[in-house]
Amino acid sequence: MTLLLEQLLNGLQFGVMLFLMAAGLTLVFGIMGLINLAHGSLYMIGAYAAAWATQQTGSFLLGLGAGLAAAALVGMALEAAILRRLYQRDHLDQVLATFGVILFCNEAVAMIFGRQPLMAGPPPWLSGAVEIVPGVPYPVYRLAIIATGLAVAGGLYLLIAHTRIGMLVRAGATHRDLVGALGVRVGLLFTTVFGLGALLAGLAGALTGPLLAVQVGMGERILITTFVVIVIGGLGSVRGALAGALLVGMVDTLTRAYLPTGLRAMLPPSDADALGAGLSSMAIFILMAVVLLWRPRGLFPAHA
Amino acid sequence: MRESKRQIAVLAVAAALFAALPAIAAAMARPDFVTLGSQVAIMAIAAASLDLLMGRTGLPSFGHAAWLGLGGYTVGVLAFHQADLPWFVTQAWFAWPMAIIVPAVLAAGIGALCLRTSGISFIMITLAFAQMFFFLFIALKAYGGDDGLSMRRRNALPGIAPRDDVAFFYVCLVALVLVLFLLRRIAASRFGAVLDGIRQNEWRMMAIGLSPYPYKLAAFVISAAIAGLAGALHVNLFRFASPDLLHWTMSGELMVMVVLGGLGSLWGAVFGAAAMVLLHSLLAQWTEHWQIVLGPILVAVVLLARRGLWGALGGK
Repeated sequence: MTLLLEQLLNGLQFGVMLFLMAAGLTLVFGIMGLINLAHGSLYMIGAYAAAWATQQTGSFLLGLGAGLAAAALVGMALEAAILRRLYQRDHLDQVLATFGVILFCNEAVAMIFGRQPLMAGPPPWLSGAVEIVPGVPYPVYRLAIIATGLAVAGGLYLLIAHTRIGMLVRAGATHRDLVGALGVRVGLLFTTVFGLGALLAGLAGALTGPLLAVQVGMGERILITTFVVIVIGGLGSVRGALAGALLVGMVDTLTRAYLPTGLRAMLPPSDADALGAGLSSMAIFILMAVVLLWRPRGLFPAHA
Repeated sequence: MRESKRQIAVLAVAAALFAALPAIAAAMARPDFVTLGSQVAIMAIAAASLDLLMGRTGLPSFGHAAWLGLGGYTVGVLAFHQADLPWFVTQAWFAWPMAIIVPAVLAAGIGALCLRTSGISFIMITLAFAQMFFFLFIALKAYGGDDGLSMRRRNALPGIAPRDDVAFFYVCLVALVLVLFLLRRIAASRFGAVLDGIRQNEWRMMAIGLSPYPYKLAAFVISAAIAGLAGALHVNLFRFASPDLLHWTMSGELMVMVVLGGLGSLWGAVFGAAAMVLLHSLLAQWTEHWQIVLGPILVAVVLLARRGLWGALGGK
């Protein structure tokens, strides 16, 4: 029971991280029609910059700031130099060009920081554990991530539902060409949205760094899970991204925690572990398949 | 599409060079060229199979590595269990058709799902399913997990010594020629014409009374089957089934080969594959950080060279 509570919180924490990634990716897709594989690279850059700055200065908050700034700056530079030329191209060209960007970013980071993972634990004031209910300790840092993520989700909701920029974002997601025709400076809107997406990816990277090893290739791992989130949630929909992220986070965490033990009841331990590891790494893809069978356009399709 | 005179000339020179490669390698005392040549032929088979989807049917699959890897692992797993299985499981006449059938059957199921989506979702979902197989084989410690699965000797072909690299090069070459012949026949058939129509305008195809779905699924399955053969040859070449075959960067590189060569032309896929394999090996000799050069090259190719190598040869 206490384990279940812990795993539910872990699932929530993973889901919130996925939401930070998926929100940016789905907004960029919804508004610009761009599929940006390099979104995972922005996450990696955020994580590296944060871990490095934390090691150098000893301050977690400075590190966080460095991660956000690095991801946003690299993101905007990328948009201005390459991605802007891809908005009118077909998706295949976008995939290939951003694939090239990934190769470049991964190798550049490997050359600067080496192939050994960087380690940066949570700051002293966020380490340790608190008892969420009597007898169930839970790491403070993970709780802080959950709180930050939920706060960002709330902030995004306010931004999108109640501000002028949000209005343009909503209009752009459903009627892209019309927004331009009405005289909105589309280029500025695009750069703003892209910068926002990059910032969210950087935040996800900087926050996840202390939990995982910061290493080359971390971006693609989460990028592909983020794709699953977006396909489940429905392309271009922030609401769908939230629902998909929480669903995927929970399913992934819970199957990894319980499937191998569950199978042990039926199979010899070695077979159960192998099968459990294999099946639980496939779980979110099976979830995606089921959702697509039921609703081919995802849970909350934006372009109805 | 008819080839221009320049294209035919280049093709003839390339084919002659390729067929004489073992002799050239022997003269230059560089036996590694033969392995490189086999690699070009194998990747050309894989790229040509992807071109059936991307170039002809207009379905940009980002998960083609799955079929390559599944074909390869089929051969590897059969060899791994050879002690418990009948003797013929390591014979090429049995193992290679299995490496074609297994991906084809799985592609029928996964393709049926993926083709419910289109455009960007199709790209994402094919990538996701391919990663699913990647994670599965990483998790299967019995088959080596991260480390991959090595094979003691190549699948037996009658009359060919298993260690003879030159003979194996010609086996790959013959496979490539057969695959190109098959794909050429498909392109010229009624079925190929329907695929062309689906790429150009799916709504019109429906308006003239054809349901695109079964045609797209058939193309998906054929493409996976051919890629499975390429995977089996790849694993035989190195006597090693690596999870790298299933990795998403392999899918990305296959897409790059097709686009680099020129979308929708079979010879383009072959030339694109050759260019990528050679570029790879050149850059890797030059620097450990070859990807930092390859990345910008890809971006430049996409932004500047729209018709690919083969299209540029065609002139006009």
